[in-house]
Amino acid sequence: MGEHKLRTENNLKARIRTLVDGAATGLAVLSTILVVAPLVAIFVYLVFKGAVSLNLNFFTHNPAPVGEAGGGMANAIVGSAILLAVGSLIGVPIGIAGGIFLAEFGRGTKLANAVRFTADVLNGVPSIVMGIAVYSLVVVPQGHFSAFSGGVALGIMMIPTVCRTTEEMLLMVPNSVREAALALGVPNWRSVLAITVKTASPGIITGCMLAFARVAGETAPLIFTAFGNVGWSEKLSEPIAALPLQIYVYALSPYEEWHRLAWAGALVLIALIVMAVSLVRYVTSRGVLKGAS
Amino acid sequence: MGVGIEVINLDAWYGANHALQDINLNIPANHATALIGPSGCGKSTFVRCLNRMHETNPLARVTGTVRIGDLDIYKDAKPVEIRRRVGMVFQRPNPFPTMSIYDNVAAGLKLNSYNNRHVLDEIVERSLNNSALWDEVKDDLKKKSGASLSGGQQQRLCIARALAVDPEVLLMDEPASALDPVSTSKIEDLIFQLKAQYTIVIVTHNMQQAARVAEKTGFFLNGRMVEFDSTDKIFTNPSDKRTEDYITGRFG
Repeated sequence: MGEHKLRTENNLKARIRTLVDGAATGLAVLSTILVVAPLVAIFVYLVFKGAVSLNLNFFTHNPAPVGEAGGGMANAIVGSAILLAVGSLIGVPIGIAGGIFLAEFGRGTKLANAVRFTADVLNGVPSIVMGIAVYSLVVVPQGHFSAFSGGVALGIMMIPTVCRTTEEMLLMVPNSVREAALALGVPNWRSVLAITVKTASPGIITGCMLAFARVAGETAPLIFTAFGNVGWSEKLSEPIAALPLQIYVYALSPYEEWHRLAWAGALVLIALIVMAVSLVRYVTSRGVLKGAS
Repeated sequence: MGVGIEVINLDAWYGANHALQDINLNIPANHATALIGPSGCGKSTFVRCLNRMHETNPLARVTGTVRIGDLDIYKDAKPVEIRRRVGMVFQRPNPFPTMSIYDNVAAGLKLNSYNNRHVLDEIVERSLNNSALWDEVKDDLKKKSGASLSGGQQQRLCIARALAVDPEVLLMDEPASALDPVSTSKIEDLIFQLKAQYTIVIVTHNMQQAARVAEKTGFFLNGRMVEFDSTDKIFTNPSDKRTEDYITGRFG
């Protein structure tokens, strides 16, 4: 009798457990859908709106003058690539160096706390403010808009993300790995560069890619710096076209044709970001050893 | 060849915690010396003072004298130089996760800018032979990561890595406590062979292990060294009551 009661009680508990388990799994699936759905929706909509205007001309021609049909965004695609290259050259090394300082050399110091705080504040600065800051610091002294100043604006925006992810990733490297290197008689700076940073490098690269993808779509900091250009720019000291700028101009225009081109530009921008990130992932994942985590 | 270690009036602190108090002992060359004692008694701190790893903790402080061979390690040398002469194996195997088996063993040399390929090949083979791992990994040296090996293999890899820089002393901080019995007995066999060439100091929680591998044994309690004598004496006829209580299992 008592045993029977126990069993029904256990059955009931087991049923409740199954129910709770099912509910938790359901919630997880639902959250996943909520996260992924907007991305998929945006991408599908972009393909739907943009793909029709995509043709070879889009990649080989510069924007056509008002009133003329056709034209493309060749100069904006190249311009974005140049701006991002300049931005990465500035943002990635400074960001990584800052992250290494925070995690390895400055741990617990006042300077490190100040740097970390500054990086977090910098991360929250609206991008339009960044544009104005670079405008007054670079454009005004130089006397003209330039590709260089646009790259500087994007680079500065990359620094906090790269810096903080680098720090987080380095802190995740187990202390036992650092000790192993030090116990071999390896100097600390060398152990940091050759062992700790290398161990954390997949995460650091992901951080750089995140920062890259984020600034690739930035428009506001380029308005007062890169400025835009209807033709080709030959030097870093000239104003330069960029995809987000071109999309912005076209989307605000009254012309149906330009609206379509803006959609196509947005599609190309997203596709290029995805390609760049995948390429870096592929290149850096090669040569990884079996079993390495 | 191994060299002897002389420790005179050694004290160590972590912040306000006086972790080691007035330690004096002579560790003989080319022998295995075991350090036993309950958790938190200072055994690990003591071995970390022998290669100055102790001071990687910013709160740590040490006074006293440690001579390794003729070298007064707190006076005459930099930590980096000492650690090349005094190798260390940790409790948990800690191979470099991004490196191949070969690079793990060669790491100590490569990171000190030693790059002669032929010599490196030789040293890697010899070190892996000395740590009884060569036959198991010789076909995957550069293909597999050190982290892909089993726990016992990883620990022997770490021993090979420590041997590759040709130290005189090998410190082992509970090298088998995270391993299964088969791997443990392999490590013990290894200690037996290695003491022909190196002076070995092994921290262990396992008293049978101390009895099996070490000629000398020191018993630590609450930051002091209670007794240091031949292993036989410690385990059969200890002079101090506290040692006897510990080895007969009355506490610890």
